[in-house]
Amino acid sequence: MGKDTLQSNNRPTVGLVTVDLECIRGNRLLFSHLNLEIGAGKILQIEGRNGCGKTSLLRLLCGIMLPSEGQILWRGTDINEDRAEFYAESAYLGHHNGTKGELSALENLQFAQALSTPKEGSDLYEILARLSLAGFEDIPCRHLSAGQNRRVALARLLATDATIWVLDEPFTALDRKGIAEIETIFEEHVTQGGTIILTTHHPLKVNEPYYRSLNLEEFACNSNRGDQ
Amino acid sequence: MSDRPDNTLTHVFLQVLKRDLTLAFRHRGELANPLLFFIIVVSLFPLGVGPAPSILETIAPGIIWVAALLSAMLSLDSMFRSDFEDGSLEQITLSHHPLSVLVLAKILAHWLITGLPLLFIAPLLGVLLYLPSEAMKTLVITLALGTPILSLVGAIGMGLTVGLKRGGVLLSLLVLPLFIPVLIFGALAVNEAAAGLPVDGYLYVLGALLLLTLSLSPLATAASIRISTS
Repeated sequence: MGKDTLQSNNRPTVGLVTVDLECIRGNRLLFSHLNLEIGAGKILQIEGRNGCGKTSLLRLLCGIMLPSEGQILWRGTDINEDRAEFYAESAYLGHHNGTKGELSALENLQFAQALSTPKEGSDLYEILARLSLAGFEDIPCRHLSAGQNRRVALARLLATDATIWVLDEPFTALDRKGIAEIETIFEEHVTQGGTIILTTHHPLKVNEPYYRSLNLEEFACNSNRGDQ
Repeated sequence: MSDRPDNTLTHVFLQVLKRDLTLAFRHRGELANPLLFFIIVVSLFPLGVGPAPSILETIAPGIIWVAALLSAMLSLDSMFRSDFEDGSLEQITLSHHPLSVLVLAKILAHWLITGLPLLFIAPLLGVLLYLPSEAMKTLVITLALGTPILSLVGAIGMGLTVGLKRGGVLLSLLVLPLFIPVLIFGALAVNEAAAGLPVDGYLYVLGALLLLTLSLSPLATAASIRISTS
């Protein structure tokens, strides 16, 4: 596949670059020789069947997991060498929301802001209202529905000044309207120069120039793909 | 970016501390468990070995210390487990602030909730076990120096086993041997104090152990949490 996500030009200082990335989980080689480059202002959707390593790739890209081989470079430095620099600019949303049921939506967001850097001039009430959570600010999250909890987790992205969003199935439990709202937020983020890497089985509606996709199955262990 | 006044390391430390204390106080039912466990275990001994003051007096320091140790052991699970299960621990590891500092705040919160109350109740239990009044002060000092060590050392083990479904027994196997020095010096100091002997040496050893674990445990715990979340 001659998709331009796989361009291997020599500008390693731009954005997020993976070099010969390989991932082994439980004695199984999920993918190897993965070279991808994703610059500012792009949405990269990672596709592939269940179990082909999409979640693992996202966890590698945000630094939770260490690659068994290869490197991930952020502006030319390995993210696992200079963690603080990369973490200050990235946000990750996994299968779990990372919100506490005992805390209210507002308290959850305040804690998220304390852990990273609050976005300049962000108003938490406004952000929650934008995600249709107006009126639910002070209710403990365990009394909210699964979709509302997902919205609280997504609100974290707007409350902090991370530019790289790594999102694993962000639309889980969201209704149609919610998905459309989040897609608008995604587009806004990339037009402002942000980067989004996500997996989803929902057909994304975003403008063509921002969108890239990557089929992870092409990098499965038996496909012998030369990189350069 | 991070040197904005509202986002310094101290601020984050206090935020994590505040969050963990808030979470603990919203689970009021569980809050008292370690303390009640401590009281019940200690009060079982007079029932088991009989009310003779001579016996109880000699075994009192040991009983109180072993009960404190078991109570700390029992409460370790609350330190990281729920955060691990709902993904908050992952979010904490992805903060650009040093994980060891964030972890230290969590350990401090754990000690304030489970260790500190023991200091206040221990003298009363001492009276129950006929512990001589001269030893009370030493009992409280040894617990004040020793229980933070239990939280600090326990955190390393908890960090390593938090990813396991049933890590309880493994946690005990990992952590209890490391608690032994604290038990020996803590109980011995109280014994000596009861006999009217000087105890400074024991307290210095406990103080040294506290400083050692205080400096090393946050780093080891941070590393073990990274292993568990990956």
